[in-house]
Amino acid sequence: MSELLIKNGFVFDPLQGIRGDRMDIAVKDGRIVETSALQHPETIDASGMTVMAGGIDIHSHVVGPKVNVGRLFRPEDKLFKSPLKRCNRMEMGFSVPSTFKAGYDYARMGYVFVNEAAMPPLHSPHVHEEIRDTPIIDNAAMPVFGNNWFTLEYLKNHEIENNAAYTAWLLRATRGFAIKVVNPGGTEAWGWGLNCENVHDPVPYFEITPAEIIAGLIETNEHLGLPHSVHLHCNNLGNPGNYTDTLDSLKLAEGYTPKNNFGREQVLHATHLQFHSYGGDSWGNFESRAPDVIDYVNSHDNITIDIGQVTLDETTTMTADGPFEHHLRALNNLKWANTDVELETAAGVVPYIYSPKVKVCTIQWAVGLELALLSKDLMRTFVSTDHPNAGPFIRYPRVITWLMSRAARDATMKTFKWLERTIDATSIDGIDRELDLYEIAQMTRAGPAKALGISNTYGGLAPGMDADIAIYALNPENMPENPEEIEKALSRCACLLKDGVVTVRDGEVLTEPPKRTVWVDVKVPENAQVQRDIYEHFLRYYSVNLGNYSLFEEHLFNPRVIEVDTTQ
Amino acid sequence: MPKRIENVGCPYCGVCCDDLVVTVSDDGKKILEVENACAIGNQIYHHATESERVRLPRLRQPDGTYKEISYDEAIDYAARVLYNAKKPLIYGFGSTNCEGMAAAAKVGEKAGAILDNCASICHGSSLLAIFDNGYPSCTLGEVKNRADVILYWGANPAHAHPRHMSRYSIFPRGFFTGKGHKSRKIIVIDPRYTDTARVADIYLQVKQGYDYDLFNAFRTVARGHEIPEEVAGIKREKILEVVEIMKNARFGTIFYGMGLCHTDGRNHNIDIAISLTRDLNDFTKWTIMAMRGHYNITGPNQVWSWQYGFPYCLDLSKRDIAHMNPGETSSIDLAMRGEIDAFFNVATDAGAHFPIEAVKELRKHPWITIDPNICMASEISDLHIPVGIVGVEVPGIVYRMDNVPVQYRKVIDPPEGVISDEELFERIYQRLCELEAEDAAKERVKTTAEGIPAED
Repeated sequence: MSELLIKNGFVFDPLQGIRGDRMDIAVKDGRIVETSALQHPETIDASGMTVMAGGIDIHSHVVGPKVNVGRLFRPEDKLFKSPLKRCNRMEMGFSVPSTFKAGYDYARMGYVFVNEAAMPPLHSPHVHEEIRDTPIIDNAAMPVFGNNWFTLEYLKNHEIENNAAYTAWLLRATRGFAIKVVNPGGTEAWGWGLNCENVHDPVPYFEITPAEIIAGLIETNEHLGLPHSVHLHCNNLGNPGNYTDTLDSLKLAEGYTPKNNFGREQVLHATHLQFHSYGGDSWGNFESRAPDVIDYVNSHDNITIDIGQVTLDETTTMTADGPFEHHLRALNNLKWANTDVELETAAGVVPYIYSPKVKVCTIQWAVGLELALLSKDLMRTFVSTDHPNAGPFIRYPRVITWLMSRAARDATMKTFKWLERTIDATSIDGIDRELDLYEIAQMTRAGPAKALGISNTYGGLAPGMDADIAIYALNPENMPENPEEIEKALSRCACLLKDGVVTVRDGEVLTEPPKRTVWVDVKVPENAQVQRDIYEHFLRYYSVNLGNYSLFEEHLFNPRVIEVDTTQ
Repeated sequence: MPKRIENVGCPYCGVCCDDLVVTVSDDGKKILEVENACAIGNQIYHHATESERVRLPRLRQPDGTYKEISYDEAIDYAARVLYNAKKPLIYGFGSTNCEGMAAAAKVGEKAGAILDNCASICHGSSLLAIFDNGYPSCTLGEVKNRADVILYWGANPAHAHPRHMSRYSIFPRGFFTGKGHKSRKIIVIDPRYTDTARVADIYLQVKQGYDYDLFNAFRTVARGHEIPEEVAGIKREKILEVVEIMKNARFGTIFYGMGLCHTDGRNHNIDIAISLTRDLNDFTKWTIMAMRGHYNITGPNQVWSWQYGFPYCLDLSKRDIAHMNPGETSSIDLAMRGEIDAFFNVATDAGAHFPIEAVKELRKHPWITIDPNICMASEISDLHIPVGIVGVEVPGIVYRMDNVPVQYRKVIDPPEGVISDEELFERIYQRLCELEAEDAAKERVKTTAEGIPAED
């Protein structure tokens, strides 16, 4: 029986409304308990430091086939950028780290749960192999549905129950976590080298519009009552003037209310919204429309977002938005990898350099920050870099520093070649808001945990929850003058407890407690129609046999199942 | 009652057929029948129970014969070889599962070894081109469901990948290709008139070694420029005709083999093939795919990429950081320069595949073969450790030539006492840790550099 007492820290737990109170947090056998439940605890002195729940990343590409394409085809991402070995395994890569480095880096930042943003169902064994090799952090992975032939056919005929039965089957087959939608319809069109440019542009052959796919999947999700909502990457990512398409997509959630037993309050999570909040009609008059988009989100509380902040690094873009990556290849003329996956999706990978010397890049940088700083509800607005698309996740501390410090933003803006044009095209210069640690805890712990429907286990410090606790050397009563000190403290946490085990101390990984794979098992009524459709499609169209498609139990690493029963 | 086992994945080529039906005798000891497999795949299963198998590790004796030893002894021997070597090479992995590859990497990292796979002498040139130019590809089911133009270049699947054409490319009826063969145009480009060329609608007999020129002509025409009367032995009209077909395809795929990546030009041939695919995507949809040889040679590229960021030629001897530089850290080059002082041949046959000069160099030092079968490598080894046959006796994940993971089953138990690659490497790892601890106790610690992070 292990007992630990974290004494005298400034505790931030938005799930309980605790705002930096000086408190003790008690841990027993891997869980948080009342302090009175301890008998002879070891103590960790956290006086003068910040105590939060372990961080939750709602959207990050860390494991799976396209991530690995990024690793494989970019040897240059390892040159001069890989740190020397300090942990059990070597740590290689910068923008697309090795699995080991990803696990260690997240732990050093005080993160404990990472939601893989896109899992091609056919490749689920690959995703789970990489999850096995990602140490310390718990992982979930979202299978992609938005271009899946079953989904397109069921939703075209508005067969929500059939689509729900198929969704439940696929979540189980892939040991997946939630419904991910990437460029709905557009990625299927990419099978023919085409795209769906807006939500009313019908998908070739399937004759369904992206709008119908999004609405149908929201309905399916609430019919099933899954922990997480539909997780949407909107159509027309990355293009000037796309904010209208984004608003069209968000409006599809109107009228839907969340139905679930997991404390989730949204029906739609719009991811990396920075990439979807652009005005203008060319790269010449490219401008921010973040205020329009975030205004809409502020006034509709059934939507959550993550920002997808550009970090101004050389990085590797990767997305199941095949046509977008092809488009990007033409913009920067760098190497391009593409993988179309039969009946399901299509992903592309292209390296990208976000340079402070390029006007579009610095406007993108401002857009992400505007979204967060103009948000009225940080329980619905989350930190992300859409790792590694807008920048690597190891820059979260820098992103947070920009959010917490006008001086930090100004210092970065001074490096911009096109500063005036960036200021003209955005509202960033008029924003003085500086977020505090409570708001950061909302954006990186409590908020994402609630949106994912896992806030009974992760993201908070209430008794009964997992003892995943991060301690940072930051004194909220005496924050450092120099914003770089904030970044440093957040990059290397003073201490991380994972399941009650002291895993990181003074920024160094000490041990690797067993990590978990979190997945959602949905019980639905028997559905002979769907079973027959699955059988037929595998017989005729898939290139692997149905009997080999579902993940074998032996390839699922240390599972934690969240059960949903729709039959009651 | 004999037992019928369905959905069995075949451990032969990169096509990874997963529709085999294997009938096993009542006592589970003999494979009676294999359905759906090609002749070669079929043979692998029958060989497993019909032939005399090596059941214990065999250690070379001073008189040149082999003596059987226990697995514990073999593991100790292997660990000591690794522990004492300055630059051991662990090579192979075309024919085992990913679990084995991951375990071998753990050993390689501990031992400070060079870790390399068969791509080093096979599609390594493709990997070089992919590093430079990317890889616009797709899964094989996409080809089956959508492709109306198929191009085989320097590949002869009729012999090397026997079911490739029937499962994925030429013959199958897919969702948008209901007429099967009739709905597709088949182009074969090869200096030899192969059995694959026989099924082509258009066959171009490229002059040997002039593939790059022909690609260049295709690109030039596709971009609307003039070309000479004849390029690479092919008449201009023919080139114009083929480019027209390619531009008007709904969905096309270029499958290329070793005939392209190992003829003159090597990685440059693949580079321009990728560029042609990029160009064609300005008109319609085109994809490209390497015809990977062994059923899981794609596996080590995947596993080691997620573990270290490099698909092959990994130099882990620096201990702090992995390094890849084909030519410097590739097996043949290291061997020819005499840099390797211990060699592990795993799930392949370097004895048959390496140049004789490289074999002679490697043979000067301990040579350990880890493979289920007797092969040329096993016969010149100092130690041969038998393991179970993946896909027959050992389950696991393998990666098909299109990088799709396929979950393989076991249909029978391995011969009594024979262990898997994964278990073997895990045990070698444990033994290495013990040796390290023993030496540490004697205060003869092998010093490794203290790590300092690059960012600090």
